[in-house]
This record gives sequence, C-alpha cells and structure tokens, in this order.
Amino acid sequence: MSVTSARGYLDSASAEPLHPAARETLLAALERGYADPRRLHRAGREARLLLDNARAVVAECLGARADEVGFAASGTDAVHRGLLGLVRARSATGIVHGAVEHSSVLHAVAWQDSPGHAVVPVDALGRVEPAAVDAAARRAGVAVVALQAANQEVGTVQPVDQLDLPDGVPLFVDAAASVGRLPLPTRWSALAASAHKWGGPAGVGVLAVRRSARWTTPFPGDDGLDQLGEAAVPAALAAAAALQAVLAEREETAARQHRLVDRIRAAAAALPDTEVVGDPVDRLPHLVTFSCLYVGGDELVTGLDRRGFGVASGSACTASTLEPSHVLAAMGALTHGNVRVSLRRDTTDDEVDEFCAALTDVVSDIRAGTGL
Amino acid sequence: MTELDCRGQVCPRPIIELARALPGVAIGDLLAVVADDPAARHDVPAWCRMRGQEYVGEESADDGAPRYVVRRVS
Repeated sequence: MSVTSARGYLDSASAEPLHPAARETLLAALERGYADPRRLHRAGREARLLLDNARAVVAECLGARADEVGFAASGTDAVHRGLLGLVRARSATGIVHGAVEHSSVLHAVAWQDSPGHAVVPVDALGRVEPAAVDAAARRAGVAVVALQAANQEVGTVQPVDQLDLPDGVPLFVDAAASVGRLPLPTRWSALAASAHKWGGPAGVGVLAVRRSARWTTPFPGDDGLDQLGEAAVPAALAAAAALQAVLAEREETAARQHRLVDRIRAAAAALPDTEVVGDPVDRLPHLVTFSCLYVGGDELVTGLDRRGFGVASGSACTASTLEPSHVLAAMGALTHGNVRVSLRRDTTDDEVDEFCAALTDVVSDIRAGTGL
Repeated sequence: MTELDCRGQVCPRPIIELARALPGVAIGDLLAVVADDPAARHDVPAWCRMRGQEYVGEESADDGAPRYVVRRVS
C-alpha cells in the first residue's frame, strides 16, 4: 500500500485521490485510445476494444452484464440519465424517493414535472422504512422508485434489497457512495455510480440498466448504453482498472477504515455538545459526520485546513446555496458546526490520531470565543 | 415571554444567543428567538433535543419572520 502525498486530505467521499492502477492504465490508454470507438478504421477498433474492455470489467464489478453498462460524463450525468430514462419509458411520471437522496437525484425529480412525486421520510439514523417506500410506490401516478445504496453524507446503508415494490415499478439505485466499499444491492432496474469516488479519474460516470428494464434516453441522442454521449475511452478504462484494484482489496480496506472511523466517532462523541450522526454500525466504512453546537461549519473547515486536514461540511455557511444540508435536516440533526470526514484508502492510524487531536483543539478554540 | 431578535444573523449565532439567554429564564417559562436564517428551523429543535429543553413550535413574528419558541424545562 503506497501512501500518497494526499496526507491530511480526508474528503474521499467527494473525490478519492487517483488509484495507482488508474494512473498506469490512463497513461497507457491515452496512447492507444484516442480515436472515436464508433469508427471502423484500425485506430477506431483499438478504441472500441479498450472501451468494451472497460465495460466488461465494470459490469463484472457491479454484478451486471457488459451490455448493461455504459459510461456517462459524471456521476450526476449517470443519475440524471438513469432515473429520467426509466421515467421516460413509463406512462406515469411520479418519482418516489427517500428524503436523503443525493442532490443529483433531487434535481432530476425537480426537473421532471409531475403531480405523482413523493418523498419518503427517514428516521434519526437517516434510513427509510422499506414498508413506507413500498406503500408510496403503490399510489397512482408513480413511475419509478429511487433509493440510494448508502447515504453520501452520514454513511447509513439503505434497505434497498428489502423493498417489495409493485410489479412494473422499476427501482433506480444511486450507488455512488457504495461502489468499491460495500456489497451492492442486487434488485435494481438501473444503477448509477461515479469513478472519482472510488479512485478512478473525474469525469467518468457509470450507468447500468438491466436488460429486463424499460429505459429510453431522456436526452437527445441514441438509446444505446454504449453511446451515452462521447465516452472518454482512456478515462473509462482507468476507472475500470481502479475499480478492479479497489475491489481486490475491498474487505481489508473496509475493515481498516471501519475501525479508524470508530476511533473518530469516539473522539467526536467525547467533545462536549457534539452529536455523531448516522448509523454507527450498518454504514459506509470510510466516512463519519458529526455536528458541534455553537460552532460555525466554515470555522471548523478552515480551522482544520490550517492544521493540514481537508474535510467537508453540510452546514449552510459552507454551501453555495446558503441552505443547510437536506440530509441533516431530514434526520432532525443539528446542521451548524457540521463536519464530514471521509478516509482515503491509505489513510493511516497516525493521521487519524493527529486529526482527532486537531479536532479537539479547533473546537475548543472556536468555542472559547463564544463564552459557552 | 422573553424574545431574542436574531434577524439577519446566520447559524450558529441565533443558537448561541438562545443558549446565553436560557439561564435568565425561569424553569417552565418560554423563550423565543426570531431568526430568518433557514438553518434555525432545524437547529432550534436540535438544540432543544441536545440540551434537554422543550421545543414548543414555530410561529410568525409581526413582520412574517419565523419565531421559534422554546420552554425551559431544566
């Protein structure tokens, strides 16, 4: 395991540093995969070969067939195409979704005008009740159900395979936070992921659509999954190589990260007036979120950054919209003073210990200024 | 009822003001905070839960700004 120069960067849930396997593959594929894979000449056939190889590898990693997988321009693009494409193939237009879905899902729902949309609430851990999703899916006007595999902000795993949806209502699964980290749900019609969340290059989304599912491209262009816009062939192959490498060491990485996150959870919980959010056990291995009373999320992020640690925050003051995280709000969690820490595949024990010490200092420094 | 005017303040400021004002309120009495920051809608109830106080509910001030009412119970 090589330690990257990304030491202190604890925001892999936004973007994991490029995996060494992806870097090697990318450099080689840049030389060979420059042509348009739809052309019949030799260079085109070469690019087609690389692209088909990438599809086959990613498909196997997702538990799908190669012809069920396509590459999109980003995770967001894959979500939009996957979800809206399932809706477009139906006569109804309503989307039933969990309250804590990724913003790309919420934006797609908002874009698809429909009286049939319904939001299923979550409990204090951020999890939907499967029976509530099933019941919402049985209402008139519902086209599709969208449920994430696990939550991108608090890590809670969703009960996707426990759903019992009515016949004919397809399930869209946003698996961006889970791919490469946890076993995936199996009972989906379409599934989306994002390569830079697992150590592949940015700008590669993955969309898988079951052959048994009805899906029609929601945007201008061909219906084929192999032509979701112009796939960046070298980047797609590098994404596939990274996923293969990450999965080969998944259980070991996940066990180590789970243990390190437990250490951060304990350190955060030991701070006064601090609440650790999300399921402590049935969760993503690499991330944890907590909120500290009387502290600004932006002050925490900049204070930790000054000490060499890069973290994300769901607090309103750190968002371009100035709205607090809809995930924290739906869970009834404190939205200010929020920090999300997500470990890299090579985050070390020492690094986590230093982070915990820095966190304690930064929180008490900020609170000293408020007199509380 | 004690009322704190936190219009124009962003979180965590209204919550800090709430925590500062609490000791001046008798147990059983109400304390209200008027805050237009959208985070206050979530953070006032979350503060009550974390600090063991009772969240009574949301009302509107005369100018339409949200007013969040808390009862001191401990």
